[in-house]
Amino acid sequence: MRLPEPVEDVVVNLLRLANTKLPTDIGWALEAAAGWETGEIAGIQLGAIMENAKKAEHLGLPMCQDTGIPVFYVRGRFDSSIAKDIAKGVERATESIPLRPNAVDPLTRVNSGNNLGPGMPIIHYMPTDDEFTEISVLPKGAGSENMTRLAMLNPSDGIEGVKRFVVGAVLDAGGRPCPPTIVGVGIGGTSDRCVEMAKEALLAPIDSENPDPDLARLEEELFMDLNSSGLGPMGLGGSTTSFAVKIRKAYCHTASLPVAVNIGCWATRRATARITESGVEYAQGAVL
Amino acid sequence: MRSFTAPLTEADARSLKLGDTVYLFGSIITGRDEMHIRALEYAEEGKPLPQGLEGATLFHCGPIMARNDAGEWKVLAAGPTTSARMNSLEPEMIRRFRLRAIIGKGGMSDGVAEAMKEVGCVYLAATGGAAISYAEGLRRCSGAEWLDLGMAEAMWRFEADRFGPLIVAMDAEGNSLYRKVSESLVRNR
Ligand code: SF4
Repeated sequence: MRLPEPVEDVVVNLLRLANTKLPTDIGWALEAAAGWETGEIAGIQLGAIMENAKKAEHLGLPMCQDTGIPVFYVRGRFDSSIAKDIAKGVERATESIPLRPNAVDPLTRVNSGNNLGPGMPIIHYMPTDDEFTEISVLPKGAGSENMTRLAMLNPSDGIEGVKRFVVGAVLDAGGRPCPPTIVGVGIGGTSDRCVEMAKEALLAPIDSENPDPDLARLEEELFMDLNSSGLGPMGLGGSTTSFAVKIRKAYCHTASLPVAVNIGCWATRRATARITESGVEYAQGAVL
Repeated sequence: MRSFTAPLTEADARSLKLGDTVYLFGSIITGRDEMHIRALEYAEEGKPLPQGLEGATLFHCGPIMARNDAGEWKVLAAGPTTSARMNSLEPEMIRRFRLRAIIGKGGMSDGVAEAMKEVGCVYLAATGGAAISYAEGLRRCSGAEWLDLGMAEAMWRFEADRFGPLIVAMDAEGNSLYRKVSESLVRNR
């Protein structure tokens, strides 16, 4: 397949779109929350978030100074050169948007200055037979990423155990991941796959319906539990703790029940480009 | 709503009540993990320290900065970072440099609250992620120290002009909005 535009350019566009424009589903959720919040402090937080998002879009600047670690999902048809092209796009976007250089050596803490380095950017590959190349980016800030939790529960802990763990992880995180959050949950798989699923779940727009009715019900129950907790915007109290809970599931070992929580802050930034021979279409979210 | 010009006095800090909304003017410095480590290390070893630490209003923030053609630094985005990462270093920072205000998100530990009470320092919660609005409030960059730590970890100096909104989330009497909220959290109805 011949691509109509260099991948590098598409990646720069994706990072710009994700960082400067809040996805519309989150914008709507914010407005709804501002409508029902009654607390003064919670109202100030939501107001500040909405005003900031508007300014960022207007000025074409990143809505948050933590422009995160660039996490990519590549789906469809592609060849091995795509990794190099994505890296070039990240480097250029860091200069031109600009993004904050966040990538450091984990031990020496030396910053590479261009968001690249061994293992960076992070790219997940999902080859399919489709006649397109789809590239999604999910810039992940540390405030929310540092709150990630994995539990290898006992199968006997069941759904109640899963719920306790998810609610506990979100409430223990408090104001640190900048609530209102989107809560990504992985259930099943192996430990590594479970955490991956929790993050993948954040890429889906919050109004996208879970195709599995049992998971949709569990999402709803967790959503109610979290929003009746009282944690509120920025952990300062209120009735909006999370905009949505998004769950992905995979089969697991008969002796395991892995559960992972990966939180997306209010600034859950996402952008997806679907590239076909005839052009590039951009969106702000994808169901993988 | 209350306005203050930094540096704050001890009386300013002690006059602030939990839940107050504050806007700041005047001198603000930034610092995160690496800046805390270095400031304490230099103080310990008696090495010269940058101006502006004593009595500072310390913003937990790693901004996005850009340099214009004239070589001047300009702040583009500057929201708060998670303060809890500095929990183990902050009590000594507060005591050694008589910090009067800390700006961040998510709150800090009881150990920090104790040092705040002792010295007369408040914790002001900024709205996480509202980086463009806060950058507007920081107005002018008046210098940078320790740029070798990287853009995010360096110590930046700003002259603020209506920087806010900030919520007094931990006062100088040892009270904490975070503790209040966490004590009343409803877990799994
Ligand atoms: S958690 Fe999100 S909104 Fe908050 S500072 Fe980090 S990236 Fe920004």
